[in-house]
Amino acid sequence: MPTHLDNEQCIVAAAQAGDSDAFITLLNQYSRHIYRLGLSVTGNHQDAEDVLQEASLNAYRAIAEFQGNSRFYTWLVRIAVNVALGKLRQRALWKESSLDEPREGEDDSYLPMEIESWGDDPEEACLHNELQQILAEVIQKLDSKSRIIFTLRDVEKFTIEETAKLLGLSIPAVKTRLLRSRLKLREELTKYFGKDARNAMPTGHR
Amino acid sequence: MRCRQVIDKISEYIDGELDPELVRELERHLEHCEDCRIVVDTTHKTVEIFYHTEPAGLPDDVRQRLNGMFTQRFRKEEPH
Repeated sequence: MPTHLDNEQCIVAAAQAGDSDAFITLLNQYSRHIYRLGLSVTGNHQDAEDVLQEASLNAYRAIAEFQGNSRFYTWLVRIAVNVALGKLRQRALWKESSLDEPREGEDDSYLPMEIESWGDDPEEACLHNELQQILAEVIQKLDSKSRIIFTLRDVEKFTIEETAKLLGLSIPAVKTRLLRSRLKLREELTKYFGKDARNAMPTGHR
Repeated sequence: MRCRQVIDKISEYIDGELDPELVRELERHLEHCEDCRIVVDTTHKTVEIFYHTEPAGLPDDVRQRLNGMFTQRFRKEEPH
């Protein structure tokens, strides 16, 4: 979760009073986070840009209604999540129903297959932008619901409770999805960082 | 505690949200199960990597289009 601006309350108040520079200051602080959220949820740059633009515009129109009960960033993410879910609904990738939630013991596909310790510290083993590309690639291996849950919890650092609230899901559903997402991503990253995986770097990233 | 139970508790263990009694049981299991030790360690590293990776800057063209959109909007709203 990004740090907030030093005098954020004042800047929000100015934006609410119609100061467009103040609004742009807020947007500049958080736009790359909103873009990353859009990218990891939708999986493509065009939709990520649409999410950023629509969420920013919706926030601009509604800023007078922001009550200050949460951080401005949380409020902005809520707007962005709604826009991003709209995109997934258009592509029929998101259902509100929890009928598709996996139940305990129903599905063992998340159990670990790759049991291999990792070699060097991954954060030191490759360049920062290479690591970012690897992370962006592996996160797309998750289904859309798991992807947004994982992104909110482990990338944007919301709590389980906040994540559940942002998505209108139950806490147990979020926990189950989060566990499976983490294990799936561990599995995928082991292909890159496992001790015997030195040659598994994606093309152009050896 | 068996391997399957360790796997099901990994998330809560990593997040420090597991009941202390279960933490002790889980760690006792890890002492003699190398596979689970590896899975717990690499899952922890997975979470840490994502947690600590800062987002890239907004691509220049995306930023320009976003700013352009608002510049147009603000211009329209200016009193004539």
